[in-house]
Amino acid sequence: MVQFTLPKNSKIRVGKTWPKPDGQNVRMFSIYRWNPDDGKNPQVDTYFVDMDTCGPMILDALIKIKTEIDPTLTFRRSCREGICGSCAMNIDGINTLACIYGMDEVKGDVKIYPLPHMPVIKDLIPDLNHFYAQHASIMPWLETKTNRPGKEWKQSIEDRKKLDGLYECVMCASCSTSCPSYWWNGDRYLGPAALLHAYRWIVDSRDEATGERLDDLEDPFKLYRCHTIMNCAKTCPKGLNPARAIAHIKKMLVDRTV
Amino acid sequence: MADVKQPVERPLSPHLQIYRPQMTAISSILSRITGNALIVGVVLAVWWLLAAASGPNYFAYVNAVATSWFGDLVFALSLLAVWYHYLAGLRHLWFDAGKGLEVETAELLGWGCIIGSVVLTAITIVLI
Repeated sequence: MVQFTLPKNSKIRVGKTWPKPDGQNVRMFSIYRWNPDDGKNPQVDTYFVDMDTCGPMILDALIKIKTEIDPTLTFRRSCREGICGSCAMNIDGINTLACIYGMDEVKGDVKIYPLPHMPVIKDLIPDLNHFYAQHASIMPWLETKTNRPGKEWKQSIEDRKKLDGLYECVMCASCSTSCPSYWWNGDRYLGPAALLHAYRWIVDSRDEATGERLDDLEDPFKLYRCHTIMNCAKTCPKGLNPARAIAHIKKMLVDRTV
Repeated sequence: MADVKQPVERPLSPHLQIYRPQMTAISSILSRITGNALIVGVVLAVWWLLAAASGPNYFAYVNAVATSWFGDLVFALSLLAVWYHYLAGLRHLWFDAGKGLEVETAELLGWGCIIGSVVLTAITIVLI
């Protein structure tokens, strides 16, 4: 349901300003904080980081803050090279991976929030359980009916090419949480990430459940809440295009009835 | 189990408040806004027609409203809304055909709708 304002317990207060270090090249970071243990509303804390002693990526600054200024700052991170999808967050107004987003890509102060319109577990960590359940619901695996071949399921080079631009998704949830439709109807709309994965299996030449997959998606909410707003394609840190994948699913649903 | 805490209600992370407006999102919501705003123009036009059907005295009154600066403004904006809604609808058809969905193309089409609707409105006003 559309609700433009934040619930009462989610309204953001002005938080603590941490001491500014000496140095010529100091940058300001405004970071969303919420502690489940103190019973207070979320707040935005202000930190200052000396860029001369910091790595080039947003994640480098977050790690530096956690190590040297405030060890209570909480965020997910793992691979630091854009392949695990853990450090997805809202940086400078768009969703992206902190590890591959350069500090030089942000003008002025750096504002960092958790992925939008999600329940917050702590600080920059959103609860992604529902997002993962939606992914599981599209059967993200190869479904076959014929007997298992002796060696492997074969695929022509052309058919394999159809998976390019789809298989690279790392499930970071940047796209789904950038989508206003997913904000308002995320309980029932599958969202760009799950639908991109659904399409990845629909177009896989080795998969033998294409009809069932399309049946499952033929639903006013699961699929058709996509209104081609395209925040998903614009924000994807891997440069993928869920909007196009969704449009192709819609087209396949039309094509099979005419 | 003495120190088991009550579960805390998790806050909702900010969304519209912090998300940077995107060209494609703006052109999409404008299509919805123009569609709904057209109701105002339609209401005025229907009122005008009803007045014409109900008699000369009442028509004279409503006609004065409809042809006042206020009426002109509503109809001019309605014209803009019609053109925008029409162009955005064409864009949607193109999208539904699975085309024009690269980010750059979609942004270009969005600008096309905005600039196109202004130009077409100006041409229409000059012509009538």
